[in-house]
Amino acid sequence: MTYAASFRVWRGDVTGGDLQDFTVDVNEGEVVLDVIHRLQATQAGDLAVRWNCKAGKCGSCSAEINGRPRLMCMTRMSTFGEGDTVTVTPLRTFPVIRDLVTDVSYNYDKAAQIPAFNPRPREADGSHRMQQVDVERSQEFRKCIECFLCQDTCHVIRDHEGNKGAFAGPRYLIRLAELDMHPLDVTDRRDAAQDDFGLGYCNITKCCSEVCPEGIHLTDNGIIPLKERVVDRRFDPLTWLGSKIGRRPKD
Amino acid sequence: MTTTAPRGTGAVTPGRGDGGPAPRRAAIRARHLRTDRWWLQPLITVVVLLSFVVYSSFRAFQNAYYFAEPYISPFYSPCITTGCEGDTFPEFFTGPSFISPAIYILVIPLGLRATCYYYRKAYYRSFWLSPPACAVGEPHKRYTGESRPPLLIQNLHRYALYGALLFNVILTYDAILGFRDETGEWGHMGVGTLVLLANAALLWLYSLSCHSCRHIVGGRLNHFSKHPLRYKAWTQVSKLNASHAKFAWLSLFSVAIADAYVFLLATGTITDFRFF
Amino acid sequence: MELERHEYDVVVVGAGGAGLRAAIEAHENGARTAVVCKSLLGKAHTVMAEGGIAAAMANLYPEDNWRVHFRDTMRGGKMLNHWRMAQLHAQEAPDRVRELEDWGALFDRTADGLISQRDFGGHRYARLAHVGDRTGLELIRTLQQRTVALGIDVYMECTVTRLLTDDDGVTGAFGYWRESGRFVAWQAPSVVLATGGIGKSYKVTSNSWEYTGDGHSLALQAGATLVNMEFVQFHPTGMVWPPSVRGILVTESVRGDGGVLKNSAGNRFMFDYIPDFFRKETAETEDEADRWYDDKKNNRRPPELLPRDEVARAINSEVKAGRGTPHGGVFLDIASRRSAEYIRKRLPSMYHQFKELAEVDITAEAMEVGPTCHYVMGGVEVDPDTEAARVPGLFAAGEVAGGMHGSNRLGGNSLSDLLVFGRRAGLAAAEHALKRIDRIALPDEALADAARAALAPFDREGGENPYAVQHDLQQTMHDLVGIIRTAPEMEQALERIAALKERVANLSVEGHRQYNPGWHLALDLPHMLVVSECIARAALERQESRGGHTRDDFPATDAEWARTNLVCSRAPDGSVALTRQPLPQMPGELAEIFEEVS
Repeated sequence: MTYAASFRVWRGDVTGGDLQDFTVDVNEGEVVLDVIHRLQATQAGDLAVRWNCKAGKCGSCSAEINGRPRLMCMTRMSTFGEGDTVTVTPLRTFPVIRDLVTDVSYNYDKAAQIPAFNPRPREADGSHRMQQVDVERSQEFRKCIECFLCQDTCHVIRDHEGNKGAFAGPRYLIRLAELDMHPLDVTDRRDAAQDDFGLGYCNITKCCSEVCPEGIHLTDNGIIPLKERVVDRRFDPLTWLGSKIGRRPKD
Repeated sequence: MTTTAPRGTGAVTPGRGDGGPAPRRAAIRARHLRTDRWWLQPLITVVVLLSFVVYSSFRAFQNAYYFAEPYISPFYSPCITTGCEGDTFPEFFTGPSFISPAIYILVIPLGLRATCYYYRKAYYRSFWLSPPACAVGEPHKRYTGESRPPLLIQNLHRYALYGALLFNVILTYDAILGFRDETGEWGHMGVGTLVLLANAALLWLYSLSCHSCRHIVGGRLNHFSKHPLRYKAWTQVSKLNASHAKFAWLSLFSVAIADAYVFLLATGTITDFRFF
Repeated sequence: MELERHEYDVVVVGAGGAGLRAAIEAHENGARTAVVCKSLLGKAHTVMAEGGIAAAMANLYPEDNWRVHFRDTMRGGKMLNHWRMAQLHAQEAPDRVRELEDWGALFDRTADGLISQRDFGGHRYARLAHVGDRTGLELIRTLQQRTVALGIDVYMECTVTRLLTDDDGVTGAFGYWRESGRFVAWQAPSVVLATGGIGKSYKVTSNSWEYTGDGHSLALQAGATLVNMEFVQFHPTGMVWPPSVRGILVTESVRGDGGVLKNSAGNRFMFDYIPDFFRKETAETEDEADRWYDDKKNNRRPPELLPRDEVARAINSEVKAGRGTPHGGVFLDIASRRSAEYIRKRLPSMYHQFKELAEVDITAEAMEVGPTCHYVMGGVEVDPDTEAARVPGLFAAGEVAGGMHGSNRLGGNSLSDLLVFGRRAGLAAAEHALKRIDRIALPDEALADAARAALAPFDREGGENPYAVQHDLQQTMHDLVGIIRTAPEMEQALERIAALKERVANLSVEGHRQYNPGWHLALDLPHMLVVSECIARAALERQESRGGHTRDDFPATDAEWARTNLVCSRAPDGSVALTRQPLPQMPGELAEIFEEVS
């Protein structure tokens, strides 16, 4: 059951670092995070790694495993051969703090810039009435555990640091979509999506959807519908005309 | 407004549009550390799409062998000039003879596919390598995506869809004409009829599963419960939409196959098998 | 000494549901507010809550109201709850849930468009507002987004190591940035502890690494008291296989939505474990239990939905009697009782969790489950209306506070607890701060002393590795102060804890201060030890079985103990002192409730 696996883990900080080789025991049913913890407890006490729930619910232990952005707690060792070397590196898109821990404050900065939820007033009985079919689309995006793997894999910022100012990344584009589809919200964020959060930078290559550990269809259900909503407002003369002559009530 | 108190790190450093290694990131020199065959998918896409482009260009410019009574190649339908072979559509004008009638109508199907959300993914990845695969570095120094012209034009996808839906009607009409024989008598069906029918069906599936279509039928609404019919339509289109990529490829093949079949008939290489 | 200093009116330690709710309330009452949390914002353990928020909103059952909820809560806690907390909780929970909707939360809906509510163990009516089985995530995200919208300062990945006090009460807090290891001090007349629980002292737990009991320990050090520490809830259903996921929670909603527990012989053994206390309201036959899901008026609840302590003990007994599964659990079967589509819709994250981590398809086969350390009922002793601890300016809300849940917490009452008492703590903290703001200072010696203590593990060389000590502590608590307890074992545990304390005093850590998990653990260990000692001492003292405290040597409940709380405090010599304290007397009009509803 137990075997000795070869691991290569990036260790270092902002001043530099490299991939270090380790040989470490792996038991049946373990995930990559278990092995990283074993390294910490037995070979590298100060190996920095971020984690919390170890059940794929909090989105803390994001890293790149064999070059692919993944949650360490949801990557089973059984997906690798016993002879394979498993390479674990920090998220590339963000500044490194130490070892596998990166500075993800870019994401928190973007979150703070999004115009906040703004509900219509409650009904006379003090409740908000919404039908299940009306909440389901936004609920899908609210499954997001903010692991930032989509932000990490998105080439717009992964390969172009300079775009970080203009582009909010897939996580926050679906946050905008969530708010735009929210049955209670009354703020129109479509102009902001295009002008302030860089919706146009997305070329829908769908890597965000591929890496999402929650299986959220970021592109098909979030970003593309948001693009279409922006088209309604900005690029489609017919819908523009419709809204001007009152044929297209805001629904 | 602060959400994280001042901590001296984590601020974004905008304006470094050089594509080079970013400041303070982990120093990993390799462009990627993927161990799988990530290059296979873009490679297949390039080969298939290029083959289609070469074949369809050859056929579109060939200006011949696109009609074999009662079938017309989808590349040439609707055929709208007086120079058209066969009689399938009103002939609107006479163009210079060196221009194939396929050229006039090319803009609609080409426009639909070029601005299609799925094909955009496919060609941005495989031709423009932006990115070649997930978590594999792209070679460009600068990237602005679809945020400025000319790619801003991708936002007109829905107009290409409107045109394509019209063309689908015409191609369906062409397929129905396949139930007439060479003399124009109804009550005929050959393999060609099936080929054209299948092509029309796949084109419908491709256009109706389109993301713009999904938006137009209901996606733009925020309260589905107030619009039960549109919600139902949206649900159906959403189901199709899940297979949009599949329909994109199948309909591409079916167009090429339908054309090739007509070509083979028109050149006399094969004869149409008749069921009745 | 290099030190970053900040000034606030209210500092909230912890960014889970209670902490964020407290911060929002303090901010809205005009206090300059900061939140300090060990993890990134939005990662707190609250995200792990699955089932829902208990609130008598009566959206599905008009018969439901706060009195029924109050009664359920008190009975679930075996009447040891602080009656006033249980009352406030039941009365205010519905409003706390409704206001989440104003902040963007999207709960599942009823056909009328109201918030849907689901069944849960110990609750008379379907009462848990929920979003699939990820309600905690919805709660934390909603509060997080509200916190951000209000512009409240959040110190992420920052650990508080000490509370600072003067003769008049709290003056602030001292801590370090995990990222850089640099020190930071907040001067504030009010500190709200919302640090969660203690589960990391146990080997098999559903809790994350953050649950090291720091809030309990900080309060004790500052002079506050802890109540009910002997009561630790073992959730009946944690995963048992594979070993690396052992303890991860399997939500009670599986049972609420129709799942049943079976032993290796295929029997629904819970029918054999119905205690007299709950016999009147529990189904006697499988048929009646199965009918209850659709007709609650004419049938009684299935025994699988007894309070958690009962179910956990029953599972423990079945396994001990040799009727367990190959991996030492029992079977939790929903596959044979509900359609695959229903299961995937109602329990999406359970489906995902078993598929990904155990390669089990819960729509086709039974899960293997067993008890896992889940929640500590005990915590800082607080005033029910203001959540004020015995130290002026110190407040506590959520799991770190004690009294609300008595000897056993009902599922769903935790999230509502966070909201109700988080808000009250934030309000009271803001009011306290405005009275005391100009009269506090942080003396340099106290800061220097806190810094010296934090750096001590670096000064020692050749000492032991903190991971080994943590491992031994977890094993000790698991083996000796676990779900079933005896006096000799707990005495042994106390001896081992004393030995572990000495080992902790001699730890050394490698590396430097920047993001060094070994150092962080070395600083967490003293908290874990003192909390473990409180648990063991109180558990040894309470010679009866009640709720989350089961004594093999005293298996029955005891009338005298029913009127007694155990309170831990810090003795002058630094050890844990234990005193008995009479339970607060419930007023007559509330006592009547236990007669009127059955």
